[in-house]
Amino acid sequence: MSNIITVKDMCLWYGEHQALKDINIDIPSKSITAFIGPSGCGKSTFLKSLNRMNDLIPSVKITGDVKYNGKNIFGSSVDVNELRREIGMVFQKPNPFPMSIYDNVAYGPRTHGVKSKAKLDDIVEQSLKDAAIWEEVKDRLKKNALGLSGGQQQRLCIARALAVKPAVLLMDEPTSALDPISTSKIEELTIKLKENYTIIMVTHNMQQAVRISDQTAFFLLGELVEYGNTETLFSTPKDKRTEDYITGRFG
Amino acid sequence: MRSRFDEQLAILNKEMIEMGALCEEIISKVLKALTDEDKDFLNGISTAGTEIDRKERTIETLCLKLLLQQQPVAKDLRQISSALKMITDMERIGDQAEDIAEIIPFVENRPEMADTLLHEMAKASIKMVTDSVDAFVEHDVELAKKVVSDDDIVDKYFDLIKQEIIREIISNPKDGECSIDLLMIAKYFERIGDHATNIAEWVVFSVTGIHKEG
Ligand SMILES: Nc1ncnc2c1ncn2[C@@H]1O[C@H](COP(=O)(O)OP(=O)(O)OP(=O)(O)O)[C@@H](O)[C@H]1O
Ligand SMILES: [Mg+2]
Repeated sequence: MSNIITVKDMCLWYGEHQALKDINIDIPSKSITAFIGPSGCGKSTFLKSLNRMNDLIPSVKITGDVKYNGKNIFGSSVDVNELRREIGMVFQKPNPFPMSIYDNVAYGPRTHGVKSKAKLDDIVEQSLKDAAIWEEVKDRLKKNALGLSGGQQQRLCIARALAVKPAVLLMDEPTSALDPISTSKIEELTIKLKENYTIIMVTHNMQQAVRISDQTAFFLLGELVEYGNTETLFSTPKDKRTEDYITGRFG
Repeated sequence: MRSRFDEQLAILNKEMIEMGALCEEIISKVLKALTDEDKDFLNGISTAGTEIDRKERTIETLCLKLLLQQQPVAKDLRQISSALKMITDMERIGDQAEDIAEIIPFVENRPEMADTLLHEMAKASIKMVTDSVDAFVEHDVELAKKVVSDDDIVDKYFDLIKQEIIREIISNPKDGECSIDLLMIAKYFERIGDHATNIAEWVVFSVTGIHKEG
């Protein structure tokens, strides 16, 4: 399995505060990688760096190397919009746009220049199917997305992310606002998606990491403490800090 | 923040120690029965056997409850899954001790040489059980590894006894039945050694996360 993202000695500062310290990690393509760690350890910061969402914050300074498909994502020739198309993001709180279900999904393709109605119809249908929500919404595509349940909204957001045909999906605690049934739907969906996509997911639910991820990375105070096969990390962690964290012996 | 879980793990540990002690007790009773003419031994052994079975079920229930409630990971997961495996071996040790006890009355007229070897073998396998239980209690990987290597000694005794019994059958064919019973006792002790080895291997896994492949 090849690595779609490789990170070497990456550091990140918010002004004076160093939020990430010498991160080295390789993310294999078409797999699920889970990021775990206590609040404030830098998981979201790192996740957002991968598609340069942190660039929006003026005080941020980044050093080191982040390569996507072998290409430095901070290189001057990189088109940030194109990078964010290839590396999509799903947030903790479902955030559908206040427009129809159809328009939510068509939004990305339209901004990337797709105009043909037939083509948009196709993309919308396929994306909603891939996000396992088509059957639930196919008869009300013109209805406002805000009328959907939380779990449906989150799958709609996944459909919206898929509509621009990304290669990587970044998910920041995508199920923490959902009930167990919606959560398990998203988990099943994620496992199916990894046939075609690389998924990187931040989660505070350790059982979720165990259930769905192939690799797990444990962050602590801005450091990547341990990274490896999920089963190995949860059955025989190498680092004492990982052991203490996952067994709830922390602090 | 996980004090309740730690309490439950401590209870599990205590139960395991008690079950280990019952195993030691039952086979030391068997050894006594082999040496002394303690006529009451059969009774004590089956009581201990019943208690071992009951302990196994108690521990099993506790482990399943912990798996369900705590969804353990890392060392906790290894400790609980090892316990589940170990109690099966402990229970088998109890069964084998009972099997031996049943045959003892039929081997009273055993030849001296085989008798001496059988005693040595019994002591060696009992030592393995005691050590494997101690290794579990103390999380002692070195002692557990010693148990694993001690299994060769017990196996060697088994071979020696077998040779001795073959010789006995050839020279004294009319006592064939006693010889076969003797061989079965030796085989049971050999199995007890194997179970102690399994227990020791689970101790190593529980502590280090590495389980030696058979
Ligand atoms: N925009 C920002 N400006 C300044 N500091 C920030 C900013 N965003 C995050 N931080 C700091 O960086 C550190 C890492 O934050 P981050 O949000 O990445 O943590 P996290 O691991 O995602 O935590 P949580 O599990 O609570 O979401 C924290 O100390 C946080 O206060
Ligand atoms: Mg976060």
